[in-house]
Amino acid sequence: MSWMDFLVIALLIVSTAFFIVGTIGLLRFPDVYSRLHALTKADNLGLGILILALALNSASGLVSIRLMLTWVLVLVATATTSHLIARAARESGVEPWVKP
Amino acid sequence: MPEGVFVGFAIVIFITMLLGFIRVERGPTAADRMLAAQLFGTTGVALMLLLAEAFQVPALRDVALVLALLAAVTGIAFVKRANQIQGSETPGGTVS
Repeated sequence: MSWMDFLVIALLIVSTAFFIVGTIGLLRFPDVYSRLHALTKADNLGLGILILALALNSASGLVSIRLMLTWVLVLVATATTSHLIARAARESGVEPWVKP
Repeated sequence: MPEGVFVGFAIVIFITMLLGFIRVERGPTAADRMLAAQLFGTTGVALMLLLAEAFQVPALRDVALVLALLAAVTGIAFVKRANQIQGSETPGGTVS
C-alpha cells in the first residue's frame, strides 16, 4: 500500500460520508425544497470526490479525463433537473416550510 | 489496490440508495418521490463507476453515463407531465 492508496481510501471514505448525509437529508428534512437542497448538493459533491479518488487510482490518463467529464455531465443534468423540479413544486403551490 | 475495497464502498453506497425508497413510500407530494429518482441517478452513477473499477469492466462507465442522462430525462419528463395534469396528485398536493 503506497501513500497514494491511502489517499484514495481517505477520499472514498469522505465521499461515502457525503452520500450518507445526502440520504439522511432526503429522509429527515421537512419540505421538498430543503430535501432538494440536501440531496443535490451533498450527493454531487460526494460523486465529485469519488470520481477524484477513482481518477487518482486509475493508471490511464484517458480514463481519468473521462471520469471528470462524467462528473461534469452529472452536474449539468442535476442542476437543470433540480431547478425544474423546484419550479414545478412552487408553481403547483407547495409552500416553503417555516419554523413553527 | 485490493478490489474488495471498492466493493465495500459500493455496498455502503447501495444501502444509501435503497434508503431512498423510504421517501418514495412516504411522499407526501409527487415532487418528493421524484427526488428519490434523482437520488437513484446520482448514486447509480457512483455505484457503476466503483464496480467498473472493482471488477475491471470498462463498459460500466458507459452505463454510468447513460444513467446520468436518463436521470435528467426522467426529471424533465416529470415536470412536463406535471404541468399538463392537475389531477389528484399534482407535484404540489398537500404538505403534511
